[in-house]
Amino acid sequence: MYTILEKENLAPRVFRYIIQAPDIAKKARPGQFVIIRLDETGERFPITISDMDSNSGTLTVYVQAIGKSSLEMSELHDGDSILDVVGPLGNASEIAKFGTVVLVGGGFGIAAIHPIARALTEAGNHTLSILGARTAELVLLEDAMRKVSSEVCIVTNDGSSGSEGLVTDVLLQKIKEGIPIDRVIAIGPLVMMKSVADLTRSYNIKTTVSLNPIMIDGTGMCGACRVTVGNQMKFACVDGPEFDGHEVDFESLFNRLNSYVSEEYEARQRYIQDTQDKEPCRLEASSQTVSSS
Amino acid sequence: MKSGKKIPRTQPPEQKPEVRRHNFQEVSLGYTPAMAQLEASRCIQCKKPKCMIGCPVRVHIPEFIDLVAQGKFLEAAEKIKESNSLPGITGRVCPQEDQCEKHCVVGIKGEPLAIGKLERFVADFERLHKSGDSLIQTQPTGKRIAIIGAGPAGLTAAGDLAKMGHEVVIFEALHQPGGVLFYGIPQFRLPKDVVEAEIDYLRKLGVEIKVNYVIGQIKSLDELMKEEGFHAVFIGTGAGLPHFLDIPGENLNGVYSANEFLTRVNLMHAWEFPRFDTPIHPHKVIAVVGGGNTALDAARTALRLPTTEKVIVLYRRSREEMPARQEEIQHAEEEGIDFQFLTAPFEFRGKNGWLSQIACYRMALGKPDASDRRRPERIPDSEFEVKADAVIIALGSGVNPLIAKSAEDLQTDSKGHIELADEDINVTSKPGVFAGGDIVTGAATVISAMGAGKKAAQGIHEYVMKGNH
Repeated sequence: MYTILEKENLAPRVFRYIIQAPDIAKKARPGQFVIIRLDETGERFPITISDMDSNSGTLTVYVQAIGKSSLEMSELHDGDSILDVVGPLGNASEIAKFGTVVLVGGGFGIAAIHPIARALTEAGNHTLSILGARTAELVLLEDAMRKVSSEVCIVTNDGSSGSEGLVTDVLLQKIKEGIPIDRVIAIGPLVMMKSVADLTRSYNIKTTVSLNPIMIDGTGMCGACRVTVGNQMKFACVDGPEFDGHEVDFESLFNRLNSYVSEEYEARQRYIQDTQDKEPCRLEASSQTVSSS
Repeated sequence: MKSGKKIPRTQPPEQKPEVRRHNFQEVSLGYTPAMAQLEASRCIQCKKPKCMIGCPVRVHIPEFIDLVAQGKFLEAAEKIKESNSLPGITGRVCPQEDQCEKHCVVGIKGEPLAIGKLERFVADFERLHKSGDSLIQTQPTGKRIAIIGAGPAGLTAAGDLAKMGHEVVIFEALHQPGGVLFYGIPQFRLPKDVVEAEIDYLRKLGVEIKVNYVIGQIKSLDELMKEEGFHAVFIGTGAGLPHFLDIPGENLNGVYSANEFLTRVNLMHAWEFPRFDTPIHPHKVIAVVGGGNTALDAARTALRLPTTEKVIVLYRRSREEMPARQEEIQHAEEEGIDFQFLTAPFEFRGKNGWLSQIACYRMALGKPDASDRRRPERIPDSEFEVKADAVIIALGSGVNPLIAKSAEDLQTDSKGHIELADEDINVTSKPGVFAGGDIVTGAATVISAMGAGKKAAQGIHEYVMKGNH
């Protein structure tokens, strides 16, 4: 059992958890993930490790309550336990002195990019973080990102914070300003990572993306997380999760990520129904706001 | 009781095919005590028992069978457990027809003793009737052994080492110990309460099992030995990433590896969705590519899912060359699985991102290849399509890279299998580190992994008792 020491609601449907997991915290590095299973009937799902503290033996993860498991997790509180936390899994991000690195974090992906930004800044890079979200309240970790980046640009779809538009608008502007960019790291929704990779491909800027395909064991056994990278089959759990964005076949990944949409919907509706039966109206509000992200 | 050659081999009752194809309960219902005694009475108690030569873990077969014949079932269980801690498992999944029973002298002129069925009976009788364990008493040695992977190899090594008095800790990557016994072999062939009970027996022997520990990621081999104080380590991490066909369309939805399909259903209970959270898509026509035991496990599991209308096995050779056990092939045929022999897929075709057709060639058998089986060759212009909305690829697996990646001084072959420095004791190139099972040999059987675990346990015992460790 793994105890939740602290839970905080940061934005609508976005929660931060500090979880006691000393052995994992000691080994975890930026870019890696854990697999969580909440209880005996739960599924195994991967979550990026957003922070780790080997002194306190804790991990920080962010969860966006959209599907059944994440909604269920959003109902856990300080002092509650999670049945299984496995990790650290996947390869750590490559941390080296590249020069100027642009970190593109989209929405929930900002939580994943935060430890990488910190490590790259500590390694002596000039780090420019472009943080994008639908609207101002979904720009996560703005202060924390300012602390670990050399520069931060905010962009929202509705212009409620920073400039109005998409992360790629800002990235293109920076490229056109003639800033020498040695590397781009993009983490966020698949569409965003694809757009960033498409943009940087034409400027020949090496771009790393972090993929989150469907996973079951997460330890190199089941083969569910296969992705096509450079026309070769790769497994995100042991070969990734980071890959060269210019080589990733995003189309087939989109398709595979959608394979359980109807089951996920069914599980979610049932969960909301069951919860409402017990506690009327508690989750109704959040269910109505679940849409594109 | 030693002259019963004329008694025919006793077949245990089975669930009827038309019934069992709709449930996950065990196919074979096992012997009654009377049936077991009758079958055991056929043993002629050879002075030099050949059956034992065929057993990778050297069960004292004539002795336990004699105890069964006398009705001393609990004593028979103790006798087996002297050399095999997991008899309920091996009694069910060992290919006895190629091992102990192949060598049985009674089998020369008639049918061999049903050694496997008797072993299973004894294990089940003990599980259901025994109160409290009379465990083997040992002198603690003060040596600590780490076992990586709670599958057949690791569990066997753990049991043997615990019986020798060592302190054993198993590190398992999944949330559930058992490895392939849990995620791979389905319930109807190996009930999970049998596996749980035999793992519990190991715990009673003093074995500690830590789940959710991915060695290689959370701790290296050196950390286990230098920081955690283990005197030796056994690596039994099993098979790794599944092989695919490397043909177009493998990323379509509805294309599964057998590992994924079986893990969803067996380990994660997808057949009980939505009570369990992990789903499996409701397919109608499911094809399985391959001819081994895993292919048949996948096919028969697929057949039992509620929405399945038809299951087709596509195998590129003929029935005679299938590596699966005869019993499994027969069970699958009885249940109505459609076998398409001499058939090899070359493309998965889809609609809207989902599999809809499998394009195949008909094959003919040519000259024998390295495996001594006749090589399948494509018949020109024989292309045809099989309609299916799911396909499960059961062509074995490669190697899990995680441990080797974390230990540079551990020698592996070009494919990543761990190399042994001495095959008699399963020791690797790294001092104090032993290995066995699929991580060494590539995909093989449960019992061969158990045999390797047993050899390694002996090697580890000798190594740690030499002192200086």
